[in-house]
Amino acid sequence: MTVLLFSALLFGTSILAGLLGALTGLGGGVVIVPVLTLLFHVDIRYAIGASLVSVIATSSGAAVAYVREGLSNIRIGMFLEVATTLGALLGAYLTARISSHWIAIVFGIVLLYSALASFRRKRAEDISTTPNALATRLELNGCYPDAGCEVEYTAARVPLGFGIMFGAGTLSGLLGIGSGAVKVLAMDQAMKLPFKVSTTTSNFMIGVTAAASAGIYLSRGYIDPMIAMPVMLGVLTGAVIGTQVLVKTRPHTLKMFFGFVLILLGFEMIYSGWSGRI
Amino acid sequence: MSHPSDKELDASVARMLMIGVSIAALVVFAGGILLLRQPLIPIPDYTHFHAVDPSLRSLKGITASAFRLNPRALVQFGLIILIATPIARVIYCIFGFARQHNKLYTGISTLVLLILLYSLSKGAH
Repeated sequence: MTVLLFSALLFGTSILAGLLGALTGLGGGVVIVPVLTLLFHVDIRYAIGASLVSVIATSSGAAVAYVREGLSNIRIGMFLEVATTLGALLGAYLTARISSHWIAIVFGIVLLYSALASFRRKRAEDISTTPNALATRLELNGCYPDAGCEVEYTAARVPLGFGIMFGAGTLSGLLGIGSGAVKVLAMDQAMKLPFKVSTTTSNFMIGVTAAASAGIYLSRGYIDPMIAMPVMLGVLTGAVIGTQVLVKTRPHTLKMFFGFVLILLGFEMIYSGWSGRI
Repeated sequence: MSHPSDKELDASVARMLMIGVSIAALVVFAGGILLLRQPLIPIPDYTHFHAVDPSLRSLKGITASAFRLNPRALVQFGLIILIATPIARVIYCIFGFARQHNKLYTGISTLVLLILLYSLSKGAH
């Protein structure tokens, strides 16, 4: 394959990944690695490196809109980043020690989880408003605009949320993804924060989490310019188009379709890892 | 807790993220154009991992070659700007919280910065 064809194909695929990732709220990174390894037969370490930089780009690009609308909580994000960056260090350390078969299998499991999490019906929101000692001392509270009125919230079960965030950081460093689904789990389910605040704060944190392992990836030679260039530019373009087209509505059918794609990729990754093809 | 200054902090954080990502994307794009000046050469073997050239793995090597307009180094340089963007955001927040006289969060942000710098220094070796 020529250099031009290779970058054009990667660029096109990445635009699609970024677009779908933004429209469904799952992020583009989660499909980049399986697509690069299964379709383009790129070694999983190069794929992880390229995916990680694209994750930083989309998260920082999309954060602009969310932060400006006052939806993401900078204090909660910053506090939980202590957990995710430490986790990311562990994850980046593990990538060099775990065989690529196992990385593929873990990746497959995370894909299946992300798909299931996106299928979950949104239940009535269970927002915590009663202040607890730890959340008050750490100032883990705030308010966000919802249909014109300010909704106040405060974080519950802080240690549990912090622990899950450490896990999310480890997965991010190990797999080169944003692990947004796990971050949302920590804030939405464990800490009982409003869903909108959870998703936008998660997105805001992804860049810092990814930066913690990106330096290590770069020095290990996982980030190849020929692969990272079209992937980063493509995913960013797709994500910008995606957020411009539909800022709030997340079409249900598209989400279902993307969920099924993730399930297929998840099983394929597990199978490829298991049979030693990756 | 002063909400107006929370909002101000939000807006300036958003602005700096936007600037960082835009500059990074432009530099990567410029590197990409140079990289594709010989469009018909075959791609190297990516099916097996060999790690990229050592000169493209360290900040020093990348900056040196990027200023000589080496296409691959230029792309890497853009990616370094990209990686630096969230780090700059953390530094920005340290000053933002310090201006709000929020000692707790000035401390927490500094801790996050230290973890990031530790990982980068680990990466440099």
